[in-house]
Amino acid sequence: MNYSFDFVPIWRNFDTLLYGLGIGLSLAALSILIGVVIGGVVAFGLVSKNKPTAWIAGLYVSFIRNIPILLVIFFMFFALPQLGIRFSKITSFVAALSIYAGANLAEVFRGGLQAIPKGMTEAGMAVGLRPMQIRLSIIIPLMLRSTLPSMGNAFISLFKDTSLAAAIAVPELTYYARKINVESFRIIETWIVTSLLYVAATFTIASLLRLFEARLAIKR
Amino acid sequence: MDLSAFFVELANVWPRLLQGSIATVTVSFQAIAYGSVFGSLLGLMIFYGRMPARICGWIYLDFIRGTPVLVLMLASFYIVPLAGLGLSATGAGILALSAFCSAHVAEVFRGGLAAVPPGQAEAAKSVGLTFPKILFYVLLPQVLRQALPAWINAAVEIVKASSLLAVISVPELLLTTQQIVSRNFMNAEFYLVCGLIYFAINLTLSKFGKLVEKRLAF
Amino acid sequence: MNSILEISGLRKSYGPLEVIKGVDLAMKPGEVVSIIGSSGSGKTTLLRCINLLEEFQGGDIRIDGQLIGYKTSNGKRVALPERERAKNRALTGMAFQQFNLFPHMTALGNVTLGLRKTRGMAKDEAVAVAEKWLERVGMSQRKNHYPIQLSGGQQQRVAIARAIAMNPKLMLFDEVTSALDPELVNEVLNVIQDLANDGMTMLLVTHEMRFAYQVSSKVIFMEHGVIAEEGDPKEMFHNPKSQRLAEFLGKSKFQ
Ligand SMILES: Nc1ncnc2c1ncn2[C@@H]1O[C@H](COP(=O)(O)OP(=O)(O)OP(=O)(O)O)[C@@H](O)[C@H]1O
Ligand SMILES: [Mg+2]
Repeated sequence: MNYSFDFVPIWRNFDTLLYGLGIGLSLAALSILIGVVIGGVVAFGLVSKNKPTAWIAGLYVSFIRNIPILLVIFFMFFALPQLGIRFSKITSFVAALSIYAGANLAEVFRGGLQAIPKGMTEAGMAVGLRPMQIRLSIIIPLMLRSTLPSMGNAFISLFKDTSLAAAIAVPELTYYARKINVESFRIIETWIVTSLLYVAATFTIASLLRLFEARLAIKR
Repeated sequence: MDLSAFFVELANVWPRLLQGSIATVTVSFQAIAYGSVFGSLLGLMIFYGRMPARICGWIYLDFIRGTPVLVLMLASFYIVPLAGLGLSATGAGILALSAFCSAHVAEVFRGGLAAVPPGQAEAAKSVGLTFPKILFYVLLPQVLRQALPAWINAAVEIVKASSLLAVISVPELLLTTQQIVSRNFMNAEFYLVCGLIYFAINLTLSKFGKLVEKRLAF
Repeated sequence: MNSILEISGLRKSYGPLEVIKGVDLAMKPGEVVSIIGSSGSGKTTLLRCINLLEEFQGGDIRIDGQLIGYKTSNGKRVALPERERAKNRALTGMAFQQFNLFPHMTALGNVTLGLRKTRGMAKDEAVAVAEKWLERVGMSQRKNHYPIQLSGGQQQRVAIARAIAMNPKLMLFDEVTSALDPELVNEVLNVIQDLANDGMTMLLVTHEMRFAYQVSSKVIFMEHGVIAEEGDPKEMFHNPKSQRLAEFLGKSKFQ
């Protein structure tokens, strides 16, 4: 294989790639925020004593977790407009990511909820707190704290999933990479630089999260 | 939504959906098989190898796990023809999925090896077994049993990730569905059907895993 | 001469298993009552019913004259709404065997939570009250520590401060020293003794026979969900009337 490397066309477009990376990070950040809310609500559904609630929550979680995220994206982007629900491209993409993250986080939070000793609720009851107060002041903070590492992982995988935005032509890193690839024909260079950008970003996020966790751990 | 029209259409296109499903299962199966073999070897290398080998293993793992599968797939799709390996788009897709799978499996395998108490290998050594025999008769059975749930999870991830072959125009289940809805415009209905098929495939996989797990319990 | 606690005909079952089979008990202000008895006799369950951590199927519990947990309407016994029950619970303070401190809050945060959310105190007021009680249990030095930074005995003292800061009519202690290392038991017992001397009304389940003997104005011996024997500690420990109590005391090596 005689292929002469030439990174110049990539460097020329490097700012575009970085811009794409920024878009990906923003989409992931927005989606994880919404996903945490969905996941939190659904997790309480999963552990609910009310049978239909638990069943519906369980169905949502196991269905979404067993289908490809790209299918969810296509559904939001192509199927919902047909049903008369119209969003912008970006909104439907963020919605798809949030729904997907919500299902995964619900499972994570359920584990967190079940790991909270019954004594925590009882101690709250013993000082006269009402159920909603117990949930807000005791259960939810404990749940979020114990699942922080998993939330970090969810964020990283969500960030990688933002590459799928390229499939519905939302411009982000992968979309621009493909464009540069086609325009410059510097194939190997494009994909090496693109993956390195993703790897560097995920690595940085992971390190920052670990630092953040360590900080919190001391405070406990 | 017109239900009767939907069923008429479903009757029309089900052979194609079946074909797409078979493609999805075949592609996933191959990727899981290759990925598991390579991933296990990689796991062994990371656990038992010398420092340079370990470092290479970790770099490979971090690289693959840090890159989105779609990027792996596009890279494989565009780069493989340059290498002149004569792989089809499907081949390029399977290659990318296998790489993704191998990283998952290597991590699972390494974790499994780490979880076997050191006393096990020592006990085997003390009755005079050589390393390959220790590995084969003592460690691997324990690793496999312990790592099975995580391995099944990895397999489910691969089935889901196989949908990305749609992006490089391999007619698996998702692309087939896209082709179907682009003609009949029944987007919601058929994407839902497509989801149900993936759901069924993965549920079967998980149930199968549970079954094997029970069998292997000792 | 009104009672702080008045239990009559209390019955409680877990499914088909009846574990409290008709308990009557009255406590006057300032009284300290210890409950002893073998494992499974229903001591914890009794305390949990009084704190409304459990449902009970029969009988009444009154705290300072107020009927708690249930009411009778049209001749039917109905559970009070959760809001009311939360208020009822704040009438009694509970200290648990496993402390149950909230790990995400400091000692001070643990004590102020109920003051602010249940009693509706402003932050400054809650902090002032909490500091006073942390001082009382000898924990003011560590008020900004998180539970994992505290020893078991220290955690239990904070838990006691948390309960008592609510200004309950009655304090309930459920084997508060049995999860502690032996050398930490006394620091907690001293706090309880101190509160008793101060006139706090207390009902405590304990396996520390010597402590029960010295702190209590009355001792109750429970067997199979009923009160088998009760009376003055000296009387009970030195001249047990029933064979069962004598055996139990023999086993607990009280002399
Ligand atoms: N949540 C529960 N569900 C079913 N049965 C229970 C439950 N909690 C307690 N019991 C049963 O109720 C009975 C009384 O238990 P309780 O905890 O009140 O005993 P105890 O006197 O506090 O014993 P110990 O000295 O061991 O703490 C026991 O037979 C116990 O098995
Ligand atoms: Mg008990």
